[in-house]
Amino acid sequence: MGYKASFKVWRGDDKDGGLHDFLVEVNEGEVVLDIIHRLQATQAPDLAVRWNCKAGKCGSCSAEINGRPRLLCMTRMSTFTEDETITVTPMRTFPVIKDLVTDVSFNYQKAREIPSFAPPPGVQPGDYRMQQVDVERSQEFRKCIECFLCQNTCHVVRDHEENKQNFAGPRFLMRVAELEMHPLDAEDRVSAAQEAHGLGMCNITKCCTEVCPEHIKITDNALIPLKERVADRKYDPLFAVASLFRRKR
Amino acid sequence: MTEIERHNYDVVVIGAGGAGLRAAIEAREQGKRTAIICKSLFGKAHTVMAEGGIAAAMGNVNSGDNWQVHFRDTMRGGKFLNNWRMAELHAKEAPERVWELETYGALFDRTKDGRISQRNFGGHEYPRLAHVGDRTGLELIRTLQQKIVSLQQEDYKATGDYEANIKVFQELTITELVKAGDRIAGAFGYWRESGRFVVFETPAVVLATGGIGKSFKVTSNSWEYTGDGHALALRAGAALINMEFIQFHPTGMVWPPSVKGILVTESVRGDGGVLRNSEGKRFMFEYIPDVFKEKYATTEEEGDRWYTDPDNNRRPPELLPRDEVARSINSEVKAGRGTPHGGVFLDVSTRLPAEEIKRRLPSMHHQFKELADVDITAEPMEVGPTCHYVMGGIEVDPDTGQSAVPGLFAAGECSGGMHGSNRLGGNSLSDLLVFGRRAGLGAAGYVDSLTGPRPLVTEAQVSQASKDALAPFEGSGENPYTIHTELQQVMNDLVGIIRTGEEMKLALKKLDELRQRANHIAVEGHRQFNPGWHLAIDLRNMLWISECVARAALERTESRGGHTRDDFPGMDAGWRSTLLVCTTSDEGIDVRRQDQIPLRADLLDLFEKDELGKYFVSEELSAHRAEGTA
Repeated sequence: MGYKASFKVWRGDDKDGGLHDFLVEVNEGEVVLDIIHRLQATQAPDLAVRWNCKAGKCGSCSAEINGRPRLLCMTRMSTFTEDETITVTPMRTFPVIKDLVTDVSFNYQKAREIPSFAPPPGVQPGDYRMQQVDVERSQEFRKCIECFLCQNTCHVVRDHEENKQNFAGPRFLMRVAELEMHPLDAEDRVSAAQEAHGLGMCNITKCCTEVCPEHIKITDNALIPLKERVADRKYDPLFAVASLFRRKR
Repeated sequence: MTEIERHNYDVVVIGAGGAGLRAAIEAREQGKRTAIICKSLFGKAHTVMAEGGIAAAMGNVNSGDNWQVHFRDTMRGGKFLNNWRMAELHAKEAPERVWELETYGALFDRTKDGRISQRNFGGHEYPRLAHVGDRTGLELIRTLQQKIVSLQQEDYKATGDYEANIKVFQELTITELVKAGDRIAGAFGYWRESGRFVVFETPAVVLATGGIGKSFKVTSNSWEYTGDGHALALRAGAALINMEFIQFHPTGMVWPPSVKGILVTESVRGDGGVLRNSEGKRFMFEYIPDVFKEKYATTEEEGDRWYTDPDNNRRPPELLPRDEVARSINSEVKAGRGTPHGGVFLDVSTRLPAEEIKRRLPSMHHQFKELADVDITAEPMEVGPTCHYVMGGIEVDPDTGQSAVPGLFAAGECSGGMHGSNRLGGNSLSDLLVFGRRAGLGAAGYVDSLTGPRPLVTEAQVSQASKDALAPFEGSGENPYTIHTELQQVMNDLVGIIRTGEEMKLALKKLDELRQRANHIAVEGHRQFNPGWHLAIDLRNMLWISECVARAALERTESRGGHTRDDFPGMDAGWRSTLLVCTTSDEGIDVRRQDQIPLRADLLDLFEKDELGKYFVSEELSAHRAEGTA
């Protein structure tokens, strides 16, 4: 049943910090977040960590475990051997506040830059009609719990601070796709995806899809179809002529 | 002392779950500069945990549904202790609030003709819950969050500032409400990140802080649920009602230990899941109470037929209101017919094909697979009761959400009355929307009615609040985690699902000891993101509210809804019209009795007199239509 596990947990703040060693009890069925909580209760009462639901539904406890972006509450201790040292570090793409807590305000800023749902003109509340098959595509993206692990892992911004300004990241490009695929959304979002939100910087390495704890197929179902729509628009001769005409006016 | 950060708003909403966000949207749409304050990040509130759906009598699946039927179900579920005006407003306005979400961009599951699909749930006569698989709460919170962003985008276009009229202060805890004379003047709190203090000057505060479940050991609630709004209101002079009524959800996970209490949605039963004990028996048929005898199937065959032919069969007893199912599971386990880990079996694998289960219950499938190695499409789950919801809360005016303190409003779980002694599943999300909007409207109206200068927060009040917040750093006693663990054990063991007078007296004695010890709590480290300090502050609220629960529960000598006394097992019609009200005085917490306002005659007439006779004393029914002149 119980055993003592070796943990290395990053502790520090925006100025400096490093890995601290802990030897800590582990019981059957526990997840990494349980162990972090045990450290708080017994060895490090001021160890900072974000968490809420402890059931993989709120997306608060994002961190990196042995270098892999994961939710602390959904990583079971049974996936490690008893003699393995488990290293827990904060998400690397965002500035550290303290210990495992990072400043994720980048994501809230990007969320604001995506124009919101545009209700269909003239359709009254209660009169919205949509088929299940048509809402399912966007529903998949609305499963997103905003853990920001995809934003954290995406190599466009992971070690490239300079790209942050022009790149919304997988989560918010997926939000553009979600609205674009919404059966009743009244706005055209295709050109903005490329021009304002940096879709072109994504080169579909699928890292985001791999780390998504909700198993959303971000690349295949959101980003690639969005890229296809951009390409259709850009290289469609009829559209090209029409847009020339529009510009002239 | 360094200068303290100050903000000035028309309306300050504390809490960013469904009720808080809906209140803030309304206040902002009424032209009020609005602040939203939350302990977590924006979009992480406990509402995301709601799974099953939003109850609203839209009649999309069964056209027999309407507000009167919903009202009746709500009153029955609450054993007629509900504030009937709230239940009426709720039943009438819920459909509009759901439809409005679609205009904000929500995508609910659909019916064949393209309308919002609705599912069955315990205590609801018709399929009534608008839903998105089993992640409806996430859809609700994200939709409201995105609506707020869209309002900020409008403000940005108009002013160049996203936060001109509505701003979210995230990871900020309010520790005290500040009054000028008898009315609200502001709120005091600290940034969790830096530990720095903040003062909000505002004439109107809307509390939307949710529940109190973190005072219990086995709970489906997150760390935020420490009764903050309840305690802030109590200390500010408002009253709490119905605090003895706590809902234990019948189905929480029981294994492994680290996930004990995590919710298993009622949709599992709504979609056909059955409960069995270790002997393989569908035991719920043994537990149908007299008041519900006519409404539920008495044989497995009839219950099974109901899923395909609801018009000619009665529903299976797995879909009784939550209090009934939770008590039944508790009895089975106590009688030695539980599962290896002390629960009962919940099985949907024999009813639905694997693909259908994954489509309808994706997050349950995911949760059990990832956390318990159980494949719910092939084997049963083990489940048991978990502390889920507090029916009790701040006493408010049903129409405006205003408490007894001028300028102090409340909505959602931290307010009381709407659900009586037991809430029906699905009625929480609709409650958040209906009364969140009304509280936002109420607060805006209150601000408009003010004349003269706004009430001020004084330096003395700020310095006292700072001193109180910093006290744990001066302490020399225990760490807050130890006291919290003991509190949870006391509430679980002594004020839990089944109660006795002797145990609750013991609980009060222990709570008193815990409070003494809590006065000397010591926390280590500094003020920057210090979870030990945060817990020390939240713990004060939990202790206050736990005492309210225990005192009220000791006082109510009957069993009703979320309050079950082993020493007073029957429901007593004499108690139906009596509310227990908690307030504070110099001596501590007082509990007094207060008469319920009699049910309005036209609402009384929505029920048959025979049914009412099971709940009311006969004099209360003199206004019923059956008593009229023949």
